[in-house]
Amino acid sequence: MFGIIRKFGASTIETIWKMGTMGLFLMRAAVLMAIPPIKFGRVLKQIRFIGLQSVVVIFLTGAFSGMVLGFQGFYSLSRFGSDAFLGPMVGLALIKELGPVISALMVTGRAGSAIAAEIGIMRMSEQIDALELMGLSPYRYLVVPNFLAAMISLPLLTAIFDVVGIFGGYLIGGKLLGVGAGTYFGEMAGYVAMSDIMEGIYKSFSFGVIIAWVCCFKGYYAGVFSGFGSEGVSRATTQAVVLSSVLILVWDYFMTSILY
Amino acid sequence: MIQIENIHKSFDGHQVFRGVSLGIAKGTVLALIGRSGCGKSVLLKHVAGLIKPEKGRVRVDGEEIAGARGKALTALRARLGFLFQGGALFDSMTLFENVAFPLREKTRLSDRLIQERVFQEIENVGLSGSEYKYPSQISGGMVKRAALARSLVSDPEIMLFDEPTTGLDPVTGQSIIELIDACRQRIHFSGIIVTHEIARVAPVVDRIAMLHDGVIWAEGTASDFYASEDPMVKAFMGERTNDMHQMQRPGEQEGETERPLSSETGGRLTTQSTQRGGINEEI
Repeated sequence: MFGIIRKFGASTIETIWKMGTMGLFLMRAAVLMAIPPIKFGRVLKQIRFIGLQSVVVIFLTGAFSGMVLGFQGFYSLSRFGSDAFLGPMVGLALIKELGPVISALMVTGRAGSAIAAEIGIMRMSEQIDALELMGLSPYRYLVVPNFLAAMISLPLLTAIFDVVGIFGGYLIGGKLLGVGAGTYFGEMAGYVAMSDIMEGIYKSFSFGVIIAWVCCFKGYYAGVFSGFGSEGVSRATTQAVVLSSVLILVWDYFMTSILY
Repeated sequence: MIQIENIHKSFDGHQVFRGVSLGIAKGTVLALIGRSGCGKSVLLKHVAGLIKPEKGRVRVDGEEIAGARGKALTALRARLGFLFQGGALFDSMTLFENVAFPLREKTRLSDRLIQERVFQEIENVGLSGSEYKYPSQISGGMVKRAALARSLVSDPEIMLFDEPTTGLDPVTGQSIIELIDACRQRIHFSGIIVTHEIARVAPVVDRIAMLHDGVIWAEGTASDFYASEDPMVKAFMGERTNDMHQMQRPGEQEGETERPLSSETGGRLTTQSTQRGGINEEI
């Protein structure tokens, strides 16, 4: 009995310690982002990796998400004789919700896992120690560029997702199911406000912070929290993707309730 | 130059150091030996400031490295070079970019001067022609050479070597030791070499210290270790005693005796067993 209580207590303390370490990691990254020098070369490289190289997958997921919305939206709205509102429905769903969330989940799976793995391998092979011993800050080289790149890339990728998704919805609703272009886009313009667009941008910006924070943290502390060797790196990568995804969905709820 | 004073350290309840004290004078190189898992690499990382002791101090030229932060720590580390056991080369960069990295990030040298310096260092370690290869494209011995070039490119005053020959074949391992010796003759650094291979390293170091059971078990010259009657030293030295008789400094002629190394104990090996018994044994 006491053994179980002791184990539970130790586990709770360890969880709180991990959460505290993670919080301090975010604070340190935030401080270093505000204090020069910033490694702009590394930032650009990571924008290319996180942003540019994710465009294809964002394009595809955006297109098919919009097309599915077009189908489902039309059949749902037509039951109420409201198929004319297909455009606003697709636009608002994508801009406020699906665009930021699905884009963030795609980037987590593609780039976030790679970031966690890269930093984790650097940790295991003592490359991060080598950086420290050269008198250079591993945070400035590895963490801050990923934060800045994710914060810049996610809103842009979300915008691409939204635009492609809206046209995907029109492709199905307009060309296939008979909703006119004027009706589709005209009604959308009437019901989608700048505040809706800004909500999507705020969400995608914060999702970028979450992805960089969790994935960099998991890789940086791969040997401490996830075990050693290649198994430790793979565990860190898996945990990074899972935790990022869950936090994105949880934070999405809080942001929606705040911004509603 | 380096003073390690009574450091204690434990990991997950396992006591690694129970009062380790060691001193390395300026211009000297010490070999740190001991059984696998006794904490040799951990001690090296204490000197580099990567690990902080729970008790005790590590000082470099009088300045404590464990408590140093920010610019003070950066200044101390600017004087250090560290050769990691696996090399720790940045695997997404070529050898040239790896060796140039400290100069690009910490100096204001022009690209031309950096290029000249990097090519010179790469040539010094015998890797000319491999400048634009990636670490995954070269052998383990070449990785160690490249890592050595990177650690020496900033002209460090202190060099720390973490098992430089582990995992290499005897011929390649010997070439690495010869390279370290040549670099030492050229740059005159002070340092610590962590190693299992005492026979290979003995001719190129000034003193040897043996880490065992969380303390410096024995310290002295190579000859002292060879002649020691301490059971633990003898057990570690084992079959290597014959090798030590045969080892010569690189470049020495056949038939010449081993170059006499300095000995503060006047030829007597200082061991834990002699200190505890209060008996000064004639070695």
